[in-house]
Amino acid sequence: MLKLDKLSKTYATGDTALRQVTFEVTAGQVVGLIGPSGAGKSTLIRCINRLVEPSEGTITLGDTNLARLKGRALRRARRRIGMIFQEYALVERLTVMENVLSGRLGYVPAWRSFLRRYSPEDVSQAFSLLEKVGLSDYFNKRADALSGGQRQRVGIARALEQNPELLLVDEPTASLDPKTSRQIMRLIGSACRERNLPAIINIHDVMLAQQFTDRIIGLRAGEVVFDGSPRALTDQVLTRIFGDEDWTRMRGEEPDSEQTRTPTVDLAEGV
Amino acid sequence: MTRNSSTPVWHYRTRTQTLIHWLGWFSLVALTVFCWQLMNENTIWAFVSDAPDQAADIGGRMFPPAWGYIDELWAPLWDTINIATLGTLMGVAIAIPVAFLAATNTTPSTRFVRPVALLVIVASRSINSLIWALLLVAIIGPGLLAGVFAIGLRSIGFVAKLLYEAIEEIDTTQVEAIRATGASGAQVIDYAIVPQILPAFWGISVFRWDINIRESTILGLVGAGGLGIQLSASLATLAWNQVAMIFVVILATVVIAEWVSAKVRQAVI
Amino acid sequence: MQAQISHQRPTTWKRPPVIFTHTLWRWAIYTGALIYLVLAVQTIDIDWQRVWLGLDRGWKFVEGFLTPDFTTRWRDIREGLTESLTMTVTSTVAGILISVPIGIGAARNLAPMPVYLACRGIITLSRSFQEIIIAILLVAMFGFGPFAGFLTLAFTSIGFLSKLLAEDIEECDPSQIEAIRATGAGWWQVVNYAIQPQVMPRLVGLSLYRLDINFRESAVIGIVGAGGIGATLNTAIDRYEYDSAGAILIIIIAIVLVVEYSSSYVRRWVQ
Repeated sequence: MLKLDKLSKTYATGDTALRQVTFEVTAGQVVGLIGPSGAGKSTLIRCINRLVEPSEGTITLGDTNLARLKGRALRRARRRIGMIFQEYALVERLTVMENVLSGRLGYVPAWRSFLRRYSPEDVSQAFSLLEKVGLSDYFNKRADALSGGQRQRVGIARALEQNPELLLVDEPTASLDPKTSRQIMRLIGSACRERNLPAIINIHDVMLAQQFTDRIIGLRAGEVVFDGSPRALTDQVLTRIFGDEDWTRMRGEEPDSEQTRTPTVDLAEGV
Repeated sequence: MTRNSSTPVWHYRTRTQTLIHWLGWFSLVALTVFCWQLMNENTIWAFVSDAPDQAADIGGRMFPPAWGYIDELWAPLWDTINIATLGTLMGVAIAIPVAFLAATNTTPSTRFVRPVALLVIVASRSINSLIWALLLVAIIGPGLLAGVFAIGLRSIGFVAKLLYEAIEEIDTTQVEAIRATGASGAQVIDYAIVPQILPAFWGISVFRWDINIRESTILGLVGAGGLGIQLSASLATLAWNQVAMIFVVILATVVIAEWVSAKVRQAVI
Repeated sequence: MQAQISHQRPTTWKRPPVIFTHTLWRWAIYTGALIYLVLAVQTIDIDWQRVWLGLDRGWKFVEGFLTPDFTTRWRDIREGLTESLTMTVTSTVAGILISVPIGIGAARNLAPMPVYLACRGIITLSRSFQEIIIAILLVAMFGFGPFAGFLTLAFTSIGFLSKLLAEDIEECDPSQIEAIRATGAGWWQVVNYAIQPQVMPRLVGLSLYRLDINFRESAVIGIVGAGGIGATLNTAIDRYEYDSAGAILIIIIAIVLVVEYSSSYVRRWVQ
């Protein structure tokens, strides 16, 4: 279980990315984090596993406060949190297998990882995860030889290889076509249900968020402006999050063309 | 751009711009002329005008090259290649840690460690391997060891500079992803940084090896072993046909080394 | 290697070899490299007694470097430095003036075949020998002193600058050349309007880089009698005056630093 309490982040440049963000995620809950670009979604996710240092507030996973950890303890906490990235962030020149096994880095000593000598359990788990994401034949391919959708599947396998207690997902579909996007979202959703794994999915595509998450949190200018069920996401709420737009007409359009064009949105942009 | 009252007039450059340009060119020409004067204060122009005759004379003595002399060149050639290879290995081995200490994203401390690493790089780069050889021959005596050390010391700066630039240019999201798994510093270097810089590393090393082959051919002029010793002996006795033969051997070696290095770089990139 | 049946997953994995895929070849190459290394190391016969004596001298050199003596040999140093600097400037200017036409001639997209081959020939000739070897020949022809050094550096600059300039011109955006040609421009106008703006910043950068290289080389060719600070350094080392040698080396490093620093400044200013 994850609990954020009054989490704030101000960058060294003086930009405030998060203001007093407070919410809880229970086991097995898939939370969609939506908001205009620059609203602080990415910062929020990175604060949780401390790729970005939060300025204030607490982050509690199980019963450790992540915001105070340092060095070894921080690395031990990070290995409990799986992360899936926007542009896949695979190590391009390593094989698929090495990428998946890199999920175990927080558990194995450096010499073992250097020699690529992982325990039999780690290896067989990696094979089974690759099978689950449908890439069992690809384990010896180099990551840069794969297509976008395949790479993201490897990214999912890497995160699950950590046996995480929490999944952080940063714009998993941003560079994928609509069909692959749906497959990837379905894969993440089923993995979470199967393991009773909580997840925070940062996603700008409102339609996908509504379809594949249990709960939606709307972020605008670093503040939580909506927190509720996907069904409660009315046009009024969307306007509160994104600014004015003809939402009914937009829903009829292709989901991936939901570029917002109104000047009201741009106001939130600079934050 | 100046504006007329009714229609805008286009000028290629404004007045001040023209002036600055003109001044810049003028000072460049003036500097060159000044340097030329200063440099040639002691030049004896009689020797310079004599040069074509000298060239013809030397050329005449060079041809035909002393082909038979090659029997005495195999051993020094072998030494030359060894100096270059072992020197490169030594330079690369030292350059790797220096590069990691110099790159802004891997250095343990930008305040203290990085300047030291950069100083090592600059000192090594500014001093030609022949000067290193000159020093080392005076210190540890003539021979291959001085040559290997000279090549090695010169290579550190070159390899470390290019390598640390490569380290600074890596894709940071891959590093972030590995850090997010809970990896330690050594593991981040092993899994996220090394795979990204490996092709650059091989390219740089082989490139430097190619340069080192060229440089080690002349290190013998100051006593550091290899073909240069033969060259200096032949020059001392004015045996220009032997000199020509040595040039042929050097040229062949350099061409082969360049071909090998081009092939290897093609293979890794 | 094929995918495994679902309930029987492999428990070990080895990274497939990347370069030498054939096992036999791999071992042959490894043992070959090892044998070479042993042979190569054996050719260096180390006279330990000499090295032991040398350590003392090495220490003296370090001392000399740390307490450099600029004054005793200042007249020699100043003379050598003046020669080096003037040689550097004149040879770089001469090198650029000759390299530009040769570089244009060696660009496949601008020059007709015969001109191309002739210019490439000149470049190869200039690049095939070490500065030192060219200096030896030119000193023999033109007598000792900086004039031979000037010729050496100018000659080697030609190969360097024209080759890189030609490569730059060949990499020029062809659509810009096409556009200028489409206006009915002649060959000179194409060079002036389409090529020059594209390669000018690079040419300035390369020239400054060559200035830097020429200075460093000017410190070396003095060893074979072509004037410059190298001759002074050679004498200092021959006389075991390590404090003077240290002073000269420090001056060289300082000038290289200044040139490098100011050239990066100028380059930014040009772009």
